[in-house]
Amino acid sequence: METKSRIDFIALFLFVAITCIGIASVYSATSEAGAFTLLEGRSGKQIMWFGVSVFLGIIIFILNAQFFEAFSMYIYIALMLLLVAVLFIGADINGARSWIRIGSFSLQPSEFAKYGTAFAISSILSTIGFSWEKKADILKIAAIVLIPMGLIVLQGDTGSALVFLSFFIVFYREGLTPNILVLGIAAIVIFVLTLVFGSLAFSIGTVLCLLVFYAFTYTNKKVLLPSIAIAAVVILFSLSVQFLFDNVLQSHQQKRIQVTLNLIEDNQGAGYNVNQSKIAIGSGGFSGKGFLNGSHTKGDFIPEQETDFIFCTIGEEGGWVLSSITILLFVLLVLRLFHLAGRAKKKFKRIFIYSLASIIFFHLMVNVGMTIGLMPVIGIPLPLISYGGSSILAFGIFIFTALKLDASRVYDLQSHYI
Amino acid sequence: MYQHRSLYIYAVVVLIGLLYIMRLLQIQVIDDKYAIIAEKISLRKQTIYPQRGLIFDRNDKLIVYNDPVYDLMLSVPIKLKGIDTLGLCALLEIDKPEFDKRLAKAKSKSYRGKSVFKKNISNLVFARVQERLYEFKGFFFEIRQDRNYKFNSSSHVLGYLGEVNKLDLELQSDEFYEQGDFVGKKGVEKFYEDYLRGIKGEQYFYVDKFGVNKGPYKKGKLDVPAIDGNNLKLSLDIDLQQYGEMLLNNKMGSVVAIDPKTGEILALISSPFYNPSNFNIQNRGNYYAGAIKDPTKPIFNRAVSAPYPPGSTFKPIMALIGLQDEAINEHTHFGCPGYYRLGRRIIKCHGHTFSTSLQRSIASSCNTYYCNTFKNMMQSDKYANTEEAYNSWREYLKSFGIGKELGIDVSGEIKGWLMDASFYDKMHGEGRWSYANIISLSFGQGELGLTPMQMANVASVIANRGYYFTPHVVRQIEGIDKIPEKYLMKNYTKISPTHFEPVIEGMHEVTLSGTAAHIAIAGLDIAGKTGTVQNPHGKNHSAYIAFSPLENPKIAIAVVVEEAGYGSTWAAPIAHLLIEHYLQPDSVEGSSRQYLVDKMKNSNLIPLKLRALRDTAIYGN
Repeated sequence: METKSRIDFIALFLFVAITCIGIASVYSATSEAGAFTLLEGRSGKQIMWFGVSVFLGIIIFILNAQFFEAFSMYIYIALMLLLVAVLFIGADINGARSWIRIGSFSLQPSEFAKYGTAFAISSILSTIGFSWEKKADILKIAAIVLIPMGLIVLQGDTGSALVFLSFFIVFYREGLTPNILVLGIAAIVIFVLTLVFGSLAFSIGTVLCLLVFYAFTYTNKKVLLPSIAIAAVVILFSLSVQFLFDNVLQSHQQKRIQVTLNLIEDNQGAGYNVNQSKIAIGSGGFSGKGFLNGSHTKGDFIPEQETDFIFCTIGEEGGWVLSSITILLFVLLVLRLFHLAGRAKKKFKRIFIYSLASIIFFHLMVNVGMTIGLMPVIGIPLPLISYGGSSILAFGIFIFTALKLDASRVYDLQSHYI
Repeated sequence: MYQHRSLYIYAVVVLIGLLYIMRLLQIQVIDDKYAIIAEKISLRKQTIYPQRGLIFDRNDKLIVYNDPVYDLMLSVPIKLKGIDTLGLCALLEIDKPEFDKRLAKAKSKSYRGKSVFKKNISNLVFARVQERLYEFKGFFFEIRQDRNYKFNSSSHVLGYLGEVNKLDLELQSDEFYEQGDFVGKKGVEKFYEDYLRGIKGEQYFYVDKFGVNKGPYKKGKLDVPAIDGNNLKLSLDIDLQQYGEMLLNNKMGSVVAIDPKTGEILALISSPFYNPSNFNIQNRGNYYAGAIKDPTKPIFNRAVSAPYPPGSTFKPIMALIGLQDEAINEHTHFGCPGYYRLGRRIIKCHGHTFSTSLQRSIASSCNTYYCNTFKNMMQSDKYANTEEAYNSWREYLKSFGIGKELGIDVSGEIKGWLMDASFYDKMHGEGRWSYANIISLSFGQGELGLTPMQMANVASVIANRGYYFTPHVVRQIEGIDKIPEKYLMKNYTKISPTHFEPVIEGMHEVTLSGTAAHIAIAGLDIAGKTGTVQNPHGKNHSAYIAFSPLENPKIAIAVVVEEAGYGSTWAAPIAHLLIEHYLQPDSVEGSSRQYLVDKMKNSNLIPLKLRALRDTAIYGN
């Protein structure tokens, strides 16, 4: 048995390595052919925010791990209050009211809300007696997730709200019935098929499937009714998807989805970013055009190239080698965090670290998927890499807290509720 | 509890990671479509225009040089925004509506590629805009070489550049030209385009989304430098040319001077002429319309495009044909009572001694002598009929380069007039015409038209005793060191060399005791022949052909002054002054002939009605 509190160096290394790639990428994406050094401009700010998170990380390590468990709900409530505040005192930037200006800095509370929510969920799920069978418990969990989601949607930042779906990974791990996930995946499949083929064709297809199914099982009268019911629900869902898509989604959202599904080509409009992004990454080749040599990056063709589309710079200048290394580092970080979660002796810690890993994974999947055309354009940053003080700071604190919780496990007794 | 679920989650994470890495492998390594598109978007090729070859005169004086002209281009018209429009307007000296019009036009031409915003910007405006160009994102300059000229001279020979047109683009075999390129349209600029234009270079560089240059592609490895055009040395003597232009001041007419030993054109003047600087790319728009309207036709190259009956300058040719065809011999005399009787018609002659020898007939320009010579030839037993005799006569003329294009390298050359026998068949009925119908041809009147170029070439033939080199203005193409083959070959006439001496003697007498004796130049032996060309539309044209010296001639010349009067009054003095200027350049200044120079220079022989018309036509010069 270990006797000393020790930070996990593997996770720390991965964290720092990814951060370094991020700083270099931001530098390349924003510097005008060496117009300023790494320490100036946005890369300089990126370094500064990383420094601030290291400083806060030290404070986190000085604090007693018990503190976080004890104050988890307060941290959550405080951050929710910030989310409410931003609706009133927030600055309007690019149509989203997501930032609070403090002097010359802009704080994005939604980035920190994930951190708080992870605390709340860890706290609730690790409560003695919590059960997925209890309606009250499920309601509590639902509220904890839906409150920040709703507030962030109100800010006009749907992308950041979607990140909270990553808690479902945690819930699944912690015993939520997989049926929900199955239903969710089925819903996505129906959604996609409906948009690709239209609800009418989809409905006819469903009925045909039903008939085929019936032809094979007509001796078994028991499955007839349920199968008809399922088909009816599916068709109904498809029709409502069509309706919602046509009438509720805004046209730019419709287009983003259609572009992702290759239903329309709109390289000058909704598909412009993704098209330029694919071109930038695709032109990187095997080993890339070299640091600071990305013609597409330098040419400023990709909007948001230092924030949401930062992966373009990596792909173009570092080629397949660096892109793969970056993805690999992320996957390793996520797996390492899962491992840290797994070795936690307390349920609270396990769920917290699991939450972090899930959020990083969700960000990775959506952000990189978007830049290579596998996901619709959803404006969320690539953790530790995309430029943005709030994002860097929030993920930094998040990771340091997780590492602190992991490091302090030697003092924990084996929990019975694991 | 549920620990096995962790494994599923791990699997999903690893699978997504692998899926993305595979997807990246596909778009980055396997599929090169994106690399190609990326280059298309951010890689630009810029043509580097070579320096067009310079043009020098025969004494290495620079005549034509390059003058950069700038086109303000817009790289991606649709992306234009947030620039100081009014500031740019002020620099370009245009107003806002004009700006918007130009922008709309640029957009309509090319939405996402470069297009021209304003063409032909002067050096001065260019410097002003260039200084602040960084403020106007998306604008850039393309530099091309316009021409400029050291002398207000020789415009008809030099020609001018113009933008390549659709037809040129379609007909070109080597894909050299792109729309908007300049190409020689007239004169030597056109004839020697292939040498003058040089070889274009290419430069590759990256641009950002505004089209701003972001540095060279592959460190310039693919760049190709431009190769400048070959310089051209003309045979023109720019001093002589300008001197002639001065003498023809306020006259309509031409001078062509040829070095008979080589066929090199020493001077080719068509007056009035335009200032070549006014016809370069930058200025032509301002002057072309006025020049077109001018009734004295400054664009028209009289020297090669205007056919004049040669008048009496034709007599030496007629004498030569007569000698060769044995219609006369060098001792033949004809009596002249002051006229030639043709049935009831009388052809007048000038006052001179009754009996004329061949030499005297030239010196005193006796019409009767040539009517007789022509009659002898047309009625010769050698020929079955007049038509055959006429055809023979016609062939003689053709061998002098009359009635056909010589193949010179000056724009606008015509054949002149030399009729087929069928012309007279049509006029008089087949076989129903005789020498009497066409007798005026014998002294250069009637249905005969020579350009001053052809007249000068005749003088050249006589000077050479029977042959000529095709006249040309190119002397040397630098770097090639040879000129077209056809300019190096002798063209022989059908006249035996032995027949020339008596004719040349006669032409010499013209300047000693004949029609041009009053303007003999001390120290120079000149063989000449005056001509007074009947002009049904106004005063007679004054014409003169000459060469000098008699032996080893260095210059053959033809001068025509329209509506001026006698050949001896205007054309001959101008020719003699030019010959003197060329052969004894120092003798005119301060000499007793200065009055003659002044008289020629200061006389305005343009008919009053044309002057009035010209004044109303706006013609800036």
